[in-house]
Amino acid sequence: MKAEAKLMLGLGLFFGLMCAVYWNWSLENAGGVMMFAGMLLGFLPGGYFYWWSRRMKARPEDDPYATQAGGAGVIGSFPGTSIWPFTMGMGAFLVVLALVFGIWFLIPGLGLVGWAVLGGTSEGRRGGKV
Amino acid sequence: MTDVLNPPVTTPSDDHGHEEHHGPTGILKWITTTDHKVIGLSYTVTSVLMLVIGGLFAEIIRFQLATPNANLVSLAQYNELFTMHGSVMIYLFAGPFAFGGLANIIVPIQIGAPDMAFPRLNALSYWLYLTGAITMLAGFFTAGGAANFGWVAYAPLSNSINTPGAGADLWIGGLLLTGFSAIFTGVNLTATIFYLRAPGMTMFRMPIFTWNMLVTGILILLAFPVLTAGLVMLYCDRHFGTHIYSVTGGGVPVLWQHIFWFWGHPEVYILALPFFGMVTEIIPVFSRKPVFGYKGMIFATLSIAALSLGVWAHHMFTTGVVLLPFFSIMSLLIAVPTGIKIFNWIGTMWRGQIWFSTAMLMAIGFVVTFLIGGLTGIYLASPPLDFFTHDTYFVVAHFHSVVMALVLGGMAGLYYWGPKITGYLLNERYGKIQFWFLFIGTQVFTFPQYLLGLRGMPRRVAIYAHDPQWKLLNDWSTIGAILIGVSTLIFVVNVAVSWKKYPAGDNPWDAHTLEWFTTSPPPHHNFYRLPQIRSERPTWDYNHPEHRSLGHGKHPGLGDPHPEVVED
Repeated sequence: MKAEAKLMLGLGLFFGLMCAVYWNWSLENAGGVMMFAGMLLGFLPGGYFYWWSRRMKARPEDDPYATQAGGAGVIGSFPGTSIWPFTMGMGAFLVVLALVFGIWFLIPGLGLVGWAVLGGTSEGRRGGKV
Repeated sequence: MTDVLNPPVTTPSDDHGHEEHHGPTGILKWITTTDHKVIGLSYTVTSVLMLVIGGLFAEIIRFQLATPNANLVSLAQYNELFTMHGSVMIYLFAGPFAFGGLANIIVPIQIGAPDMAFPRLNALSYWLYLTGAITMLAGFFTAGGAANFGWVAYAPLSNSINTPGAGADLWIGGLLLTGFSAIFTGVNLTATIFYLRAPGMTMFRMPIFTWNMLVTGILILLAFPVLTAGLVMLYCDRHFGTHIYSVTGGGVPVLWQHIFWFWGHPEVYILALPFFGMVTEIIPVFSRKPVFGYKGMIFATLSIAALSLGVWAHHMFTTGVVLLPFFSIMSLLIAVPTGIKIFNWIGTMWRGQIWFSTAMLMAIGFVVTFLIGGLTGIYLASPPLDFFTHDTYFVVAHFHSVVMALVLGGMAGLYYWGPKITGYLLNERYGKIQFWFLFIGTQVFTFPQYLLGLRGMPRRVAIYAHDPQWKLLNDWSTIGAILIGVSTLIFVVNVAVSWKKYPAGDNPWDAHTLEWFTTSPPPHHNFYRLPQIRSERPTWDYNHPEHRSLGHGKHPGLGDPHPEVVED
């Protein structure tokens, strides 16, 4: 976890430096704000990884001497198949078409998105099939 | 949902003990799949289709420009064509092909993961990409035609007075969908690489392609939300009467350029880094050597990404409101890590046993073409030169050298990883013919454009003055475009000719990384077994125990029985 933390913190630090130099030199706000946000995107996950890396022992993937047996066990729960991404994608499609062709597209669009949110969540909770 | 276990330890006598995956087949499989390999294949096929569509637009554009006053298409149609050519190629082909297609398939296998970290989000990415592409292209079927404000949609040209009609709104909508699709893919790649690596696969043992995709994922997370926000504001300006980009209501038109290019320049590297990664995988394998300067490559990738956030306004030098020295320095600095990469690619080939397969030829073609595009980019980073060449064909030629290099790199990736994905090799003879058409076509296509630009021909014009020199150069460029088109046809023919004809086996190239350890195509959840990972070349170490690589650096610890560094 330490390498990941250093990577993100390093990027955040660089963006922060760039932001300070640029903002003070150019006095142009749009770019300054965007670079500041870039710095946060480095520091927030980087800080989180660093905080964790000090509180956990090295994971098998961080250990250069790790054996495959050392990493044995459940590594995650993965859905075999799911219809909900498709449902949500079509819903989002209709929502975007509502921007162009008329507000009534929102009714089926948001309906499908909401249905997919409920369906996908409950599928994740109880495990499910198509 | 099924719980996924880590694959068992490998001993050389292990044979394939495995669980079969039973799922739906046919169209239902395509719609409901959460398998990264199927999603990645859908992405690849869709994006190659987009390459063909965008390429057809390009051919029409080149035929129109072959003669000074051609009327193959009307002026309005020409505007739609170059807008949609750029949009399709950048938004719908280059990015999705790399980070949605090949990376989606290859990255989890390269790090020994059973799938992407969020398989359902991955599927959603694909559906948003597909519907986004349909939305954007649907503009051609509306009364006003497709979007026609250039792929950069500068304000105030893109407001509702200058560009009314549904085509522009469909363009914005399509871009919103593909933008979210890219963000979700970025999240997925980053999380997968941080959390799903196999035991022993430390960060500095990951293949360079995976490293580049990690950095690409981070860049996506930095850049795409800015574009999405900018598009929402553009839509509000067009329809809800806000004045964010219009002077009349107190807005700032150049703000759009800041937002667009704050996305747009990192996007250049979001497009390029995956292809850098592909080439960095291919060159060592076909030079029969480890990659030269592994850590230097990673350092170069990271510095390119870090610097790319601070160069956006080099697209805006001629606006007169940007800080020229800052952006010029930052843009010139990017040449340093890019130079490191090119040096390392050459260093990898140096004194190697080079096997000139199609993939290797395409990769070398990538390095040459990208070098040309990169060097002309250094000229453009200098404001005095940029003032002279801005909005001329010099710029067009510069970025077409770069993106055509990406096409070469992408083809290298398809020839290299195609056998892993499908289980079948492509025909090498057709592949080499395709390479020469593509490589020569690319140079014949771009070189005259550099000269045209220096002689003052502006971009985005459908007709131009009767000038024999301009006509001659345009004709050469058109011939190059035809050669590139022919090369694409040869690729299609090659796929048809070699369809399920040449079984690949697990590791046809005697390659280095984990994806070549599993079967071709890989099983559901990718691995029946995994080797011990002690360097960045685990498959090579397993297959050639007498020539095991000691990771980079010279530390003969690691409990390695064969601590010698491998020289061929």
